[in-house]
Amino acid sequence: MLRYILLRTLTMIPTLFLISVLVFVIIELPPGDYFESYVAELRALGETADLAEIEMLRERYGFDQPQVIRYLTWAGGMLTGDFGYSFEYRLPVNEVVGDRLWLTIVLSFLTIIFTWVLAFPIGIYSATHQYSWGDYGLTFVGLIGLAIPNFMLALVMMYFANQWFGVSIGNLMDRQYLNQPMSWDKFSSILSHIWIPVIIIGTAGTAGMVRRLRANLLDELQKQYVVTARAKGLAPGKVLRKYPLRMALNFFISDIGSILPAMISGAEVTAIVLSLETTGPMLIKALQSQDMYLAGSFLMFLAFLTVIGVLLSDIALAILDPRIRLGRGNVT
Amino acid sequence: MSAESGLPEPGAPLGHYVSDAPFDAYEADKAGSAQNRFAEASQLQLMWWQFRKHRIALLSGIFLLVMYGTALISEFLAPYDQHTRNTDFIYSPPQAVRLFHEGSFVGPFVYGRAQTLDMDTLRRVYVDDTTQVQPLRFFCRGDAYDFWGMVPGNLHLMCPAEGGQAFLLGTDRLGRDVLSRVLYGARISLTIGILGVTMSFVLGIVIGGLAGYHGGWFDAVTQRVIEVLQSIPSIPLWMALAAIIPVTWSPILVYVGITVILGMLDWTGLARAVRSKLLALREEDYVLAARLMGAGSGRIIGRHMIPGFMSHLIATATLTIPGMILGETALSFLGIGLRAPITSWGILLTEARSVSIIALYPWLMFPVVPVILVILTFNFLGDGLRDAADPYK
Repeated sequence: MLRYILLRTLTMIPTLFLISVLVFVIIELPPGDYFESYVAELRALGETADLAEIEMLRERYGFDQPQVIRYLTWAGGMLTGDFGYSFEYRLPVNEVVGDRLWLTIVLSFLTIIFTWVLAFPIGIYSATHQYSWGDYGLTFVGLIGLAIPNFMLALVMMYFANQWFGVSIGNLMDRQYLNQPMSWDKFSSILSHIWIPVIIIGTAGTAGMVRRLRANLLDELQKQYVVTARAKGLAPGKVLRKYPLRMALNFFISDIGSILPAMISGAEVTAIVLSLETTGPMLIKALQSQDMYLAGSFLMFLAFLTVIGVLLSDIALAILDPRIRLGRGNVT
Repeated sequence: MSAESGLPEPGAPLGHYVSDAPFDAYEADKAGSAQNRFAEASQLQLMWWQFRKHRIALLSGIFLLVMYGTALISEFLAPYDQHTRNTDFIYSPPQAVRLFHEGSFVGPFVYGRAQTLDMDTLRRVYVDDTTQVQPLRFFCRGDAYDFWGMVPGNLHLMCPAEGGQAFLLGTDRLGRDVLSRVLYGARISLTIGILGVTMSFVLGIVIGGLAGYHGGWFDAVTQRVIEVLQSIPSIPLWMALAAIIPVTWSPILVYVGITVILGMLDWTGLARAVRSKLLALREEDYVLAARLMGAGSGRIIGRHMIPGFMSHLIATATLTIPGMILGETALSFLGIGLRAPITSWGILLTEARSVSIIALYPWLMFPVVPVILVILTFNFLGDGLRDAADPYK
């Protein structure tokens, strides 16, 4: 078991290395850099830029050096917890980011739990009642959830929450808690706000998961051992609980790998629409103003979150399934 | 001799009944008999029969064909040009099409509109003037357009009455007809998915094919790259790439750029499918036979192996189109995708950007309806194709 976890963790390293190269290339691709657009903006406003200061900053962040060196400085810094400097905010990235990373993690985690809690019973019901009205109805509702763009759902929910409950659901906490240290009041304020984005982001993931869980369970239900168990007179509920469900559970955990990237994508868009205090709104601003270290750190963080999520689901799967743990056979 | 074997003399009457109708031993194999129709049908025919059984998929396919058909002739179907501004009718709510006026049948018409300004809220208020009957005209001359940007024309399927207005889905903040803009937007939104998928299809087949057939280091590198691309959430990556597109590019170039971005990152799923199929097929006898006869790897992959699972690939590709359409919509909505004057459904939805607009002018959300329908039908179609791809199951 330990050996498996170790090996699995080690394979993360080349993946993360390639991701960091890719992210660096992407943030380096736009012509010019932050300082050029900054100077141009100042000129447009009729102000004069302090060229000496800018030259100093440029030199300090190695803009006069070749790209390979800059990549190494950036990646090396990240390893020691230094994510670079945000030019826009004139602060180290660590300080600009603040709570946002944690809130993104909390939001993603809650969304996964929400998806699981909803998808599991619905998937089982749909599979065991195949082609019933309930199955059709639930499948259809799920598909609608899949088809509505996240941002539209967010806007419409914002509107109805305003109409019916009189609450404003933008943001992730009440105004006065912004930039405050964590406290009980802040925590409960976050809790009272977070459920709406969780529902919005969760719908699409839930629909996809129900579909795959249903197909998976249906395959399992047609197998001989289920027929045997039934023929021997086992109660239907017990047959389901003892055999096919356990097989489906494996799939259920490994499916995290496929819904997590989609979920984080959805979370970014939703966060921008609802102006949540997560990574989304800041990422898009950083991308637009070529604040490269900030944007790069966010992209890197989101990819890291996915990689870790998949790693955790793989480890959970290994605990559940001895075939994986002992390294025999391929289980999909 | 006959007495020894117990057989009757040839021609002698038999002890039991024998039909004297002419007997053809190969009758069951003849073409046209019911059970042979199935055995002799080509692969394509079998797939079609299987697909036809999937009612919803069939209907979805027809619906999508109609949608793409309308995208071909948007200029003709739209009552107005997509950029025509009716400055007297800003944020005008949808007008209902009626058939009866004061109890008598007059054919499809709309009532005239009168605009007043509410002096308290400074909102434009539109009231139907029921004395003004404005019958709709069909196959009529209206706003001039260049068909596909080339052939000038002004024939429309439907236009408002002379001097009247007909905004069946209302107007936006510049007084542009929402219905016309949705029809024009279909052209961009529907093609972006197809073009993106075509691109990822080619990339997926080439890269997945090479990786699956040759294996070795190329396979190892490809696997790693796919893993990396799949573990980065797509929207942030699209956002980053879309932000790179220079502001100075013309809208058409931006359109091409966005398509390339969508296609470039989406080939991974297809490449994986191609690779695993090729790995399985590589061991088949017919591949060995082809190799022994001296066929090169390009010919073996292209001529012998890919046709074997093309149908699966098409089904998989169909299921990736919705993601691309949603991606374009999201990028455009966030303001880093396509740019005006190009009209796509995502661009139209940017008009409905805030809660107050949704509360005041809910009809601006209408473009989400075709988005949902197209995504749903692509999903159904893909499901049906996937079931039909393996008709022997």
